[in-house]
This record gives sequence, C-alpha cells and structure tokens, in this order.
Amino acid sequence: MLKDRLRSDPFSPSLHSQPKKSGAPAQAQTRSSHGLDQFFSSLQDQEGLSILDFSGASQANISFITSMGHRIYSNDVLRTMEEAFGSGGEFVANQSDPERAATFLRESLDFPERSFDGALVWDTLQFLAPPLLQDTVDRLCRILRPQSSLLAFFHAEEKAQTAPLYTYRIVESKIMSLTPRDQVRPVQYFNNRNLEKLFQKYHSVKFFLTRDHLREVIVRR
Amino acid sequence: MWNKRKEEEYPPKPASAPAPTASQAKENVPVSTNPTPSHSTTDSRGPAIIGKSVMIKGQIFSREDLTIDGEIDGSVELHEHRLTVGPNGKLQAGVKAREVVVLGTIHGNVEASDKIDIRKDAKLVGDIKTARIVIEDGAYFKGSIDIARPEISKPAAAPAQPKPASAVSTVSNAVPAPAAATAGDSSR
Repeated sequence: MLKDRLRSDPFSPSLHSQPKKSGAPAQAQTRSSHGLDQFFSSLQDQEGLSILDFSGASQANISFITSMGHRIYSNDVLRTMEEAFGSGGEFVANQSDPERAATFLRESLDFPERSFDGALVWDTLQFLAPPLLQDTVDRLCRILRPQSSLLAFFHAEEKAQTAPLYTYRIVESKIMSLTPRDQVRPVQYFNNRNLEKLFQKYHSVKFFLTRDHLREVIVRR
Repeated sequence: MWNKRKEEEYPPKPASAPAPTASQAKENVPVSTNPTPSHSTTDSRGPAIIGKSVMIKGQIFSREDLTIDGEIDGSVELHEHRLTVGPNGKLQAGVKAREVVVLGTIHGNVEASDKIDIRKDAKLVGDIKTARIVIEDGAYFKGSIDIARPEISKPAAAPAQPKPASAVSTVSNAVPAPAAATAGDSSR
C-alpha cells in the first residue's frame, strides 16, 4: 500500500529555498532526459499550445517554451506547498487538513476556464501524501486536454534517507540543467506499479529509469 | 510630489517662450525667440515618482515614464512609456505600458508592448502579455506568459493587394491525434 510507505519524518529544510550560498556554490549539472525529449516531441510541429510549468519562473524555461510559439503558465508549486502546509515537521500531517489541502489545490490547480496541452510537474508530486496526491493527479487530469502529456520525476533510490531537491531548467529539448537546492526526505517512494495506479485515470504511462536514480515518467492524458 | 507633477503635465503646456526672468534681463543674456519645447523640463527632471508613503485608489494614466514606490489599487496605464515598480511598490492593479520594470510587487495582469523585466526579489502574480521578458533568478512569478509576436512588416515595394490572412500569426489549438503511447516500463 502506498499509505504504508508514507514517510512522515520531519520535512525540512525549506522546499523552495534558493541554492545554498554557504560554502561552495551549488553547481548546476546538465544531463540528457528521455522524458523531456518525449514531452517536447509530443508538441512538435504545433504552435499556440498552453504549457503548465511547476518549476517556478525561470528565464530558461520561459524562453525555451515561448520560443516554440507556446504559452507558458508558471507556478512554483513547492512554494505553494510550503505556504499551505508549512515547512517543519507538520508538513505531511498538515496535508490531511481539508482546509489546507483545499487551499493548496485552489492556489496551484484552479483553472476552471482553462485547459493545458502539456504539464511539466518535475519532481513535485513526490512531496505530496495520499489522499492529496491522488486529488492533485486527478485535478491535473481534468485540466489537461486529451492526448496531452505530463512529465514527472520521482526519485527511485528507496534506501536513501534523503533525496536531492533540484531546480530544473530546460537547456534543449532533450537536455536539462539540475541545480541542487537541498537534500530532503520524500514523503514516499514510488515503483512502477505505484505509479501506474496513481495515474490510472490517464491513457498511458511510460517510464525511464536513469542512472542517477531518477524515474522519469511520461503520462499521456 | 507626484500630484504636483501631474498638474504640470496635464493639460499640455502651450508652446510659447517663457518670460525672461529679472536676473536674465539684468545680465543681458541673449534669449532665443524660438519657442522652448514644452517637454524639455520633463526630460531634465526624470520620471514622475509616486513615493513609498503614497497610497492611491483609482486609475492612473501617464504620458511620461513613471516610478511607483507606493501602493496602488486600481489600474495603471502608460501606453508609450516605462513603468518602474520600486522595491517598496505594491500594485493591486492591471498594468499597461511600453516597458515594465518590477522590483516590488504586482498583483494583476500586465501588458507591456515592448518588454517586461522582473528583477530579483520582485513578485508578480498575474498574466503577462509582452514581446520580450527578462526574469532574474530569485523573482517570484505566478501566471501565464503570452509572447506577442510583432507582425511581419511587408516590404514597401509590395503591390497593394489585400493581405492574406496568413500574414497574421495564428494560434491553433488543434492537436493531431498521435499514435497511442506504449504503456509499460522502459528502463536502462
């Protein structure tokens, strides 16, 4: 059960903190991404699409997506999570509070009049606990148009105590830059079966397991 | 103060030569009889400023560059000019300008015909429509960004014929049905 695997340890430090300035500066690393490549392949030869980006505003992502002729909706969802649930030890427990959960969904996914042609949610979903996680995934399904794609990352190294929290930036259609922000403990770890169950309302789920224990997932609405 | 400057700006000054001052007359300084451009004083004093202790509710229209370091609740329009929202500036307003530089906070939609520049520590919540955007790391933005592409100008020698509709950039949301993606695992 997903719930049994829920890690409820204190969730700190800050989710949306900037890269640490003390000591050596955080070094961005670039690497290729099959998931990103698949995502942008699905947008090929089209213009004027609406793309939802959960990484927060960045020049790189904005320039890349708008240069393809698309519209980007940018939101720093990790920051929205922290505003809704706090950043301390109550982060996971607070997600069970209906009022806080409703605030989070309203602030991050309330698009009654809009639908998107693609969503870059990066690794944000792994910090949500059930049932809010399922509510979020279902809400994403509602605001995405049929045939559109969603790209999500999940850390796959289950034995690790913490997972690196990155800022993701698009360099090219198949290359991204990862700047470490912090080490955090994900709320839960996912395997392929968990993910298929999580995205069961979607048309299909495709996985790419990378060498750095990052499970890239492309979900087709 | 800003209000005083606004009074000076609207309505436009008549284009007449200013009367020579007494000191000028005494020193016998040659004075041009040509009318002094009315905007010369505007250029020398820089943009109009709404200070950080000022709060305005209502609509602001400006025909010169404007810096807002106070609080505005309403709308701000400077169609051909630059709006700078200072670090203390807080706008709960829709904004239309040629160029917008944000160092403070804007809650509202922003339309900048030329460029919007969101600096570090700035906060903007709203939808943006602009030709160019610069956003520094550390800025907070939540909303959509729509890049308005300038229309491709036709060569002057082009024959005067009705322009085809394709000259205007079109937005299509039609999504061709792709082949069904494969469900399952693909790992390496």
